[in-house]
Amino acid sequence: MTLVSHYDDLAEETGPAISPLKPGDDPDKIAVASQWQLIRARFFANKVAVVAGIIVLLFYFVGLFAEFLAPTIPSKAQPRFTYAPPQSLAFFVEDAEGNRRFQLHVKGYAMSVDPESLRRSFTIDPDKIVPVGFFVKGEPYKMWGVFEMERRLLGAINKRDPMNLLGTDSLGRDLLSRVIYGTRVSMSIGLIGVASSLIIGTVLGALSGFYGGWVDLSVQRLIEIISAMPTIPLWLGLAAAIPITWSPLKVYFVITLIVSLLAWTGLAREVRGRFFALKGEDFVTAATLDGSSQRRVIFRHILPSLTSHILAVVTLAIPTMIVAETALSFLGIGLKAPVVSWGVLLQDAQNIRTVATAPWLLIWPCLAVVVSVLSFNFLGDGLRDAADPYGH
Amino acid sequence: MQQTANIHEHTAADDLALTVRNLSVDYHLRSHILHAVRDVSFDLVKGRTLALVGESGSGKSVTARALLRIIDAPAQVTSGEITLFGPDAPLRVDEMGENSREVRAIRGKRIGLIFQEPMSSLSPVRTIGAQIVESLRLHRKMTVAEAKAETVNLLRQVEIAQPEQMADRYTFEFSGGMRQRAMIAMALACDPEVLIADEPTTALDVTTQAEIMDLIARLQHQRGMAMMLITHDLGLVAEMADDVAVMRFGRIVEQGPTDAIFHDPQTAYTRRLIDATMRLETGHNRPPPPMDGPPLLSAKEVSKYFGEATWRGKKKWGITAVDGVSLDLWPGENLGIVGESGSGKTTLGKMLLRIVEPSTGKVIWRPGAGNGDAAERDVTAMPKEALKGYRRAVRLVFQDPFASLNPRMTVKQVVGDPLIVAGLASGSALEDRVAELLDMVGLPRDAMERYPHAFSGGQRQRIGIARALALDPEIIIADEATSALDVSIRAQILDLLLDLQKRLNLSFVFIAHDISVVRYFCDRVAVMHRGKIVETGTAEQIITDPQHDYTQSLISAVPNPDPRNKRMASRIRFAS
Repeated sequence: MTLVSHYDDLAEETGPAISPLKPGDDPDKIAVASQWQLIRARFFANKVAVVAGIIVLLFYFVGLFAEFLAPTIPSKAQPRFTYAPPQSLAFFVEDAEGNRRFQLHVKGYAMSVDPESLRRSFTIDPDKIVPVGFFVKGEPYKMWGVFEMERRLLGAINKRDPMNLLGTDSLGRDLLSRVIYGTRVSMSIGLIGVASSLIIGTVLGALSGFYGGWVDLSVQRLIEIISAMPTIPLWLGLAAAIPITWSPLKVYFVITLIVSLLAWTGLAREVRGRFFALKGEDFVTAATLDGSSQRRVIFRHILPSLTSHILAVVTLAIPTMIVAETALSFLGIGLKAPVVSWGVLLQDAQNIRTVATAPWLLIWPCLAVVVSVLSFNFLGDGLRDAADPYGH
Repeated sequence: MQQTANIHEHTAADDLALTVRNLSVDYHLRSHILHAVRDVSFDLVKGRTLALVGESGSGKSVTARALLRIIDAPAQVTSGEITLFGPDAPLRVDEMGENSREVRAIRGKRIGLIFQEPMSSLSPVRTIGAQIVESLRLHRKMTVAEAKAETVNLLRQVEIAQPEQMADRYTFEFSGGMRQRAMIAMALACDPEVLIADEPTTALDVTTQAEIMDLIARLQHQRGMAMMLITHDLGLVAEMADDVAVMRFGRIVEQGPTDAIFHDPQTAYTRRLIDATMRLETGHNRPPPPMDGPPLLSAKEVSKYFGEATWRGKKKWGITAVDGVSLDLWPGENLGIVGESGSGKTTLGKMLLRIVEPSTGKVIWRPGAGNGDAAERDVTAMPKEALKGYRRAVRLVFQDPFASLNPRMTVKQVVGDPLIVAGLASGSALEDRVAELLDMVGLPRDAMERYPHAFSGGQRQRIGIARALALDPEIIIADEATSALDVSIRAQILDLLLDLQKRLNLSFVFIAHDISVVRYFCDRVAVMHRGKIVETGTAEQIITDPQHDYTQSLISAVPNPDPRNKRMASRIRFAS
């Protein structure tokens, strides 16, 4: 006698038993979702990556509107306030009768001179009040080098009063403004560098992976030779070769190119590996049998399967570029004043005496580098995990 | 569940080895909760084999893993009792802590497990012997010397030749069948009371499968173990099992003695499953097409050597994958090519399409053979453009329905791609043609906008067939086109292909390792062994009256899905 489960009395089941996670969810929704929709859903489920993404966007926003967001222009020296400490923003002032009144302000500086060394030092003077306001007129500037503007997001209402939220450097230049301008340069040097290494890496990686044989052999040997180069001496040499008469901007682009010429190897290897794997996939064979030309197979079938991975690799490559720029500039072979970048800012913090008297010169540029690099890494990790929605 | 109490009224209580009551396992997935196992109850009895049968996704492997408490997140056991009976008091496996000492003492020692893929369950960086020694020392507290001696003894029991030497070899030095033997030796190392074999022979050839199943059955008999055999192959069930439980969508729909399940199934689903299997045991009773005209496609003495040459062009080593094969395909004919893995059948199929270039020999195509026109075209010498035309007439259906569809393209793009490339259709004409093709393979029109991941294996294979049909081919080469599919779907796809053949006047080259599929589908069969065709004949003759020794051993090793007529027990062994 066989035993029949009592379930068979019920209507014939047509699919696996599924219940929604939350009432009202439709499990069928993913059936029509494209791969990009799946990737997006997976990415947004990763909260750390989303937060990191928002921070990265914020950095780029700051870089894009640097002129407007910075309280002053980064090159404006205030000889009266060298190594001035950071002021903090306060909201209420008390007048003589003891009434509290809303007034955005920072405290002014009190100067004292060391009688022996004749060194001037500044301390915050709680009695001096520097009124501060939004959208005040400050130093005139050219937005994106085009529009003449004066208004700034935040500044001292009286143009001559000092407002240095992050302190000043040896020439009395406002560190906050310099960090904000540095954001533009440091964050974009990564982009330009990665863009060029992306092109070189993808093209060489694709050729190497698709054709194999001697093409693969020579590209791989080239990668190995480049990876074997001791980078710092090479950079030193190349930087020394840049004519001194070039404008800082020109030097900036050349440095970017030099960095990217050495940084494409990782991406090329990644792309090559993916190409090798995908070349053997049935759907690529099917495309060849369908009569697709090699170009169509590469661009219509293989590359779209790679884009999400490439995106992830690129996101992870940008922080490498940022760190490389910072290191080079710190060593004095990358960007040079008057260009402002995080690395250039850190040059000011090269000796221990400065760090002891003005620690903010080390802390803030470093923090900017660390936060941006970390955010990029978290973002890149999130993208990489999301890039393959069928994994796990 | 009043009926679970009397599942085995005929067995005495002290024969019970393991009981499972109302086991449920849920998967918490990203978009929904999947109830993978629902209220499953069964008993394992000493000396008897319970086969857990079901199609893919029915929850059979998860059930086995739940018994050993080796299911990982996102799966979790939501309810159920698992009781292990032994010399001491019964143990409640379900109440033990995850990865606790008690559970680890049971795994391997009292419940042995044989996996489907021995390569991935044996460590590649340690010798086979070292892995068995470790398990012996852990569970049976043996000294190194004792454990080594026992290892050799175990390897001898699983019929591995020269066990002393083989114990010092690594996994990759073993063949698939040998690895599975080693895996069995390992599972048996601690003399378990219960043996769980999860698709133990699915990755193996039929002749190897027959040997492994023989071995397992003999060892089980010697040791009086209770065994749970998890499989999708009803033939294997009929040959091996005493009792059967049929699973579907996480539930056991029917369980009972094997004979009753096969000959008197009570539920519609079991009946369908058995019908689908039995149907593949018959020929298709189609009059064979005339073979007097010129053949449509011929391979003439085709060979393929793989090898590596030194940089000076000297040959370092080489293997002959296909060795001087000649065959003909007549218009309207279904030619089967059967053989075990490594016999060269897939390479042969690829050479017919020139995905792999033949080392020697010719492939001849006669485009007008259907009308008696014998004009020959030499495929092996075709330039690129002509080859495109040839590949439009001769299409390939792939084995793996998951890998063969680009996951980033909608069904419309996948099926329409050959039409776009050939410049045959675009815009709404393309849409109409794709809809027509989908209709031909039995898919609804609204499938067009969906991505492949929304479809099951069988549906994906239909999409693959629609793509193959897009260019109105004459010949379809189907390389293991149904081997990745469940048995009921397999029969549907084969029927679809036969129906399409009638409507579209197609010829098929059908490459398969599954004899029953070939018998159902093909007019003529060529049997390949080590790169050579050893026998060619009509499908019926090959199956019922094989002439060559190898064919005889192959046919006799195929499990017969009828418990009253076991075939494997009386099989013929082929020594080459």
